[in-house]
Amino acid sequence: MTSATVTGAPPAARTYRAYSHSWWRRTLLTREVAIIALLVLVFGWASANVANFKSPLTIYFLSLDNAEIMLIALPMALVIITGEIDLSVASVVGLSSVTVGLLHQDAGLSIPLAGLIAILVGVVAGALNGFLIAYVGLPSLAVTIGTMAAYRGLAVGLLGTTAKTDFPLKWTDLSTQHIGSTRFPVIVLPILVLIAVFVWLLHFSTFGRGVFEIGLNDEAAHFSGVNVARTKFILFILTAAISAFAGIYITLRSGNARGDNATGDELKVIAAVLLGGVSIFGGRGALHGVIAGVLLIGVIQSAMRLQNETVNVINIVIGALLVLSVMSTSILAWLSKQRARRAGLGTLRRRQAVATSHPER
Amino acid sequence: MPESATGPVVLELREVAKSFGTVVALRSSSLTVRRGSIHALVGENGAGKSTLIKIVAGVYRRDAGDFRFLGDDVDFHSTAASKAAGIAVIYQEPTLFPDLSVTENIFMGRQPLGRGRRIDRAAMYAEAESLFRRLGVQIDPRRPARGLSIADQQIIEIAKAISLDASLLIMDEPTAALSGVEVERLFAVARSLRDEGRGLVFISHRFDEVFDLCDTVTVMRDGEYISTDPIADTSVDQIVARMVGREVAELFPKTPAPIGEPVLEVENLSSTGIFHDVSLTVRAGEIVGLAGLVGAGRSEIARAIFGVDAYDSGSVRMLGKEVPRRDVRAAIRAGVAFIPEDRRKQGLVVESSVARNVAAVIRNGLATSGVLTSAAENRASGPWAARLEVKTSALDMAAATMSGGNQQKVVIAKWLATEPKLLIIDEPTRGIDVGTKSEVHRLLSDLAGQGMAILMISSELPEVLGMADRVLVVCEGEITAEIAREDATPEKVMHAATRAARPNDIPPATTVEVSA
Repeated sequence: MTSATVTGAPPAARTYRAYSHSWWRRTLLTREVAIIALLVLVFGWASANVANFKSPLTIYFLSLDNAEIMLIALPMALVIITGEIDLSVASVVGLSSVTVGLLHQDAGLSIPLAGLIAILVGVVAGALNGFLIAYVGLPSLAVTIGTMAAYRGLAVGLLGTTAKTDFPLKWTDLSTQHIGSTRFPVIVLPILVLIAVFVWLLHFSTFGRGVFEIGLNDEAAHFSGVNVARTKFILFILTAAISAFAGIYITLRSGNARGDNATGDELKVIAAVLLGGVSIFGGRGALHGVIAGVLLIGVIQSAMRLQNETVNVINIVIGALLVLSVMSTSILAWLSKQRARRAGLGTLRRRQAVATSHPER
Repeated sequence: MPESATGPVVLELREVAKSFGTVVALRSSSLTVRRGSIHALVGENGAGKSTLIKIVAGVYRRDAGDFRFLGDDVDFHSTAASKAAGIAVIYQEPTLFPDLSVTENIFMGRQPLGRGRRIDRAAMYAEAESLFRRLGVQIDPRRPARGLSIADQQIIEIAKAISLDASLLIMDEPTAALSGVEVERLFAVARSLRDEGRGLVFISHRFDEVFDLCDTVTVMRDGEYISTDPIADTSVDQIVARMVGREVAELFPKTPAPIGEPVLEVENLSSTGIFHDVSLTVRAGEIVGLAGLVGAGRSEIARAIFGVDAYDSGSVRMLGKEVPRRDVRAAIRAGVAFIPEDRRKQGLVVESSVARNVAAVIRNGLATSGVLTSAAENRASGPWAARLEVKTSALDMAAATMSGGNQQKVVIAKWLATEPKLLIIDEPTRGIDVGTKSEVHRLLSDLAGQGMAILMISSELPEVLGMADRVLVVCEGEITAEIAREDATPEKVMHAATRAARPNDIPPATTVEVSA
């Protein structure tokens, strides 16, 4: 089986195929594409069957309502791919909202300055998460359950049950404005920029390769020179900073700075990320799937709302969808294992035979 | 040397075949194990040993052939059925419940019940104690399994097998992770089980152990039975020749190379409780062997040099320049490569592709204006995989699908791609078949010949003695001897490695100050 050739002489020019499957099998037969297909199907079905769904307003409100989920889902996907989780994101949204409200209304700061400080508050909150998880080595689930309560408590405590509602029209209008004469709101622009940045970061940078390796095997990543702690620290800061940005957006869009803004959104974000094919165990996932996951939930929600379904029914449908999609991975894995048992081992051995039969030097 | 066995037959497999789909894993395999015998089963990786064992253990069912156990034709549908019949398999790394006590692990699933169907703990502990007395080992039956050495965990698996009154024990590479003393203890236990009239099957890649322990040896190759002989009538060369189907000329062919300037200089490196005052130098073109027992601190020294772990005092210099402590990237920049002991956990990301694994360290240099593509990784990793003759059909195949030897080639390719000046390699050929083993040895020899400095940790004495220009022996975290190639004998190395047992046999080494 083994060729005992001498490795000392200059090696034979052996080449390898880059991929074992054709490009369409690699790109189309994936979980991500399945979610995209489902999104297209649901969108097509709703356009044909749901009254008013085809109206340009649907896309407008879809973008407006799901902007913060989309924003936070991007860094959250990376956090989950490293095998960690951040449950404190919605609390950071609330904290950021209160910060903007207080600084603008009580301290008289301008919106950009108050927003900048709110993002800095987010950075500090994320740095605390990241420090405890990456450098102290505590489990992220426990740490962020703790900071979820702490940041929310801080936010509500700062403002009590009141709300700050006095924001300049210039800014509240901007948050709901259309881009030119399109049907998209302005918030789509920063989302597109961040999507580009995160696609590069996760899929086309050395940092992203490290993110996947940490999720698959952090010890081997460490042994290859990946700075595991720093990578996680950066990701928790990024997540909280973007959550803080989402908090500013929500505040301006609703004209309402409250401590309980976005309560429960952390689970919506995580649900969308998992629906998009990211493995909760880390190591697997792609951003086109995550984006489709967010949109799919959004489309189902708005279609069902137009059908006058209640929030409870919508939640049940989305919950069932999430469970089904997570199950589908297990079912697919089980199926391919069965296939491997019957024939897969065959291909493996054949491949080995092919690999071995190259001419001996 | 033990007598050849003649007792009644415990296990008899005849012309057993097993296919997975179109692939034949076992063609025609036979094995006859007798009572009161320790039977060695040897063969290269992929020879079908594991498949055969899994059929006996009830993991797989055979397609054809005879399978008789204690004289009866049997056909196990599950591992539970095979266990109930009296077959116990002890794997290389036992899986115990870490938070349960040693005793609870032994009696898992069949705890003795007292009044009111409550677990009778007193009876359980008493039984465990008597088992350990019989085995002649000292393990507290009340302690949790967490933190037990692999050797002790295996003893617990053996105790479990005895308490089930297994008449056949199969040990699958049990000594791979054990030190010399632990191997001796395991062998003593195995011999006493043999003398009780049980049949034992022993799988190992280490021939000295096979010849030390076993009375009969069966060789397998490519899923087929090759031969069974009494140990007394055969030799290592003969067995190796049968395993590979050809003569292996020389297993450890280090060729002399000109030795140059110092590349790595380690001075007075200490880490509390792990190693103490370690000084060593590795020169260009030189292979320095780091020998010693498992647990002596060899891997820990290597990890500290590479920056994976911190150290308390001392210094590491590469080509005269200080390497900062606990900084893997700095060590890599300084030209250090480290191929760790545990391939699957530390060496590579097994679920990742060959290309990504090979490019894992060099990828910073592959990005063009910050953008790293799979195409660039494939281009860069292909030639290195080819140079190591990695056997894979495509670069996107996951490393998990490959054999141990092929995985080791991927790890080596990944580090050679960094064009290192110093290669630290920890157990270069553990769990690798004979053919690949000699490929790795030739490669190390060639790399030294091209002027690379190599620090090689190995628990296999023949490997150390064959490959190293100089042998440093580590014992309890200290370097206890430095032996030149011409003077290195197994006896000298073993004495230095067990310094504590025989303090007077070894002259103190020059590089070491002996602490009390």
